[in-house]
Amino acid sequence: MKVVFREIDGNSKGFMALLGVLGLLIAIALGATYYMEHNGHWVTGMNNQIVWGMPHVFAIFLIVAASGALNVASISSVFNRKIYKPLARLSGLLAIALLAGGLMVLVLDLGRPDRLIVAMTYYNFKSIFAWNIILYNGFFAIVAVYLWTMMERKVNKYSKPAGIAAFTWRLILTTGTGSIFAFLVARQAFDAAILAPTFVIMSFSYGLAVFILVLFAAYKWTGRPLGDVVVNRLKNLQGVFIAAVFYFFAVYHLTNLYATEHHGIESFILSADNIYSTLFWVGQILIGTLIPFALLFLPATSKSRFWIGTAAVLVIIGGMAQMYVTLIGGQAYPLVLFPGYDVSSSFHDGVVNEYVPSLAETLLGVGGFGVALIATTIGVRVLRFLPESLADSVVDPDHHKAA
Amino acid sequence: MTTENNIDAYRRKFVGGGLAAAAGIAIAPGVILNSVAQAKPADKPVDDSVRWGILIDANKCDGCNDCVTACNEEHGLDNYTNSNESQRTQYIRVVNLRDKATGHEQALPVMCQHCETPPCVDVCPTGASMRRADGIVQVNMHICIGCRYCMMACPYKARSFVHEAITDQRPSSPRGKGCVESCNMCVHRVDNDEQPACVVACNKHHAEDEPAMFFGDLRDENSEISKQLKKFGGKQIRADLGLNTGVRYRGL
Repeated sequence: MKVVFREIDGNSKGFMALLGVLGLLIAIALGATYYMEHNGHWVTGMNNQIVWGMPHVFAIFLIVAASGALNVASISSVFNRKIYKPLARLSGLLAIALLAGGLMVLVLDLGRPDRLIVAMTYYNFKSIFAWNIILYNGFFAIVAVYLWTMMERKVNKYSKPAGIAAFTWRLILTTGTGSIFAFLVARQAFDAAILAPTFVIMSFSYGLAVFILVLFAAYKWTGRPLGDVVVNRLKNLQGVFIAAVFYFFAVYHLTNLYATEHHGIESFILSADNIYSTLFWVGQILIGTLIPFALLFLPATSKSRFWIGTAAVLVIIGGMAQMYVTLIGGQAYPLVLFPGYDVSSSFHDGVVNEYVPSLAETLLGVGGFGVALIATTIGVRVLRFLPESLADSVVDPDHHKAA
Repeated sequence: MTTENNIDAYRRKFVGGGLAAAAGIAIAPGVILNSVAQAKPADKPVDDSVRWGILIDANKCDGCNDCVTACNEEHGLDNYTNSNESQRTQYIRVVNLRDKATGHEQALPVMCQHCETPPCVDVCPTGASMRRADGIVQVNMHICIGCRYCMMACPYKARSFVHEAITDQRPSSPRGKGCVESCNMCVHRVDNDEQPACVVACNKHHAEDEPAMFFGDLRDENSEISKQLKKFGGKQIRADLGLNTGVRYRGL
């Protein structure tokens, strides 16, 4: 059977309700932004020690997930896996939408978002931030062209080179995002080259988790068939990615634990009585790694859509916990100016820095998800992103016949 | 009213200085350019023939906090209405140290170390974080977008973010809500042939004694700071980072 792409029917009450809810989330986020920008950042939990707060946790999660969401398309175009081909368009759309959501949060948390034009017109090429601005804009353009080559029959033949370009670009982009932290020489928690590939592997996992949930929701809510062949492939891939993220974090922490210099930050993150240790062990490891991994592979749950979807939700929750530990935990641990000394001052030297996220910061972050999902929802409504059927007989006819 | 007067005075001084310099250039350039001892003439761009630096004798620091008070006064850093204690700006602070192994205690002031290769300048996407050719590191408030990446990158915790609208500012130290700021070695004073406020306050505190802070040109081997450094040495905080800081410490 041929794969037929078709817009979803946008006349149902459910569709309008979805748009309404997501629109409300965005409106609330914009309201929160106005409140923070009008007053200044004193109304947030941020201070001179924790300079990147909750909005950055959301923004960087969304940006990382964006490049990961493109993986499904890359597997089809770059690695010629036919079974992923019907999913490639949604993968590209979701990648653009998640990036847009993440960037909105990032930009609206700037001290002077009104000066964004400066960042768009002047580049300090030694700044990884400046590279990222180019990488993000380039990602929009390249993925848009890639989608065009997939959706317009006349240029179909270019979809492979476009896919390779997009795949290469996304690897560089996530390396750039990881390098924002990897290049911070003075911070105990950062300054580690492994952070760059770790961010790449995180993107595989978090992006796929978002993709699985959007796919499940889209097919369930539109009543379109979604066969087990596709679901099983995605499920197994998700399991492998969860394990890979675990491996990279294990290496990161073991390397640090070996060096006496880093024992302070490691005990702060891994064994101290604070929110970061709790989020690491309960959030990242238990909820974000062990439970979803078990759900995806235990015979009792691995065949259930409900449990696979639950595993994807847990990966996202674990991913947010991980971002919080990495970002906020990394800043909460005091900078070491004088190794071997106990220090104190009127400017928070030598003490663990406090951060309590404000409601406004969190609402701005949630708005980023709102933007990503509303862009996806409108996208599948107006253009042909979703196949009418992903039943086994459509996506894998040979296998289906043999069975 | 006071502020307006200050601004007027500042403008008169600025315009007057410009005219005088222009006249000087037109009439006798050689005389004017050669006669200025340290600070540059107002019409001449900053160049790297000097590198400004500060040497701090930590042995003499008694933690009196006069440098902090003077800095806050000079730059008008105390006029907050909403920011909490951890959100307020501090360009310079006194850090108390206690050696974990020996129990030896000492205090010393820490501010922007005016690195030769500043991490804050490297990471700034727009170039707002900048280093003048004469070694002074500062923020261009006109193009800072408030991303705070420089605050993440600074190894010395030297930067602050302005969390609220600031009124009653010093004309010589403009500050803006949503921008990052830090010690600029009192660039307005240095360009006027004066010493940074912290140095003046510290040496006033030690008036009966030898100076505890030296400000001057690190490139000029005849300057007092260079002589002191040559004779007694001067360490950098986090020298392992190889940033070649413009602020040096004795007794660290």
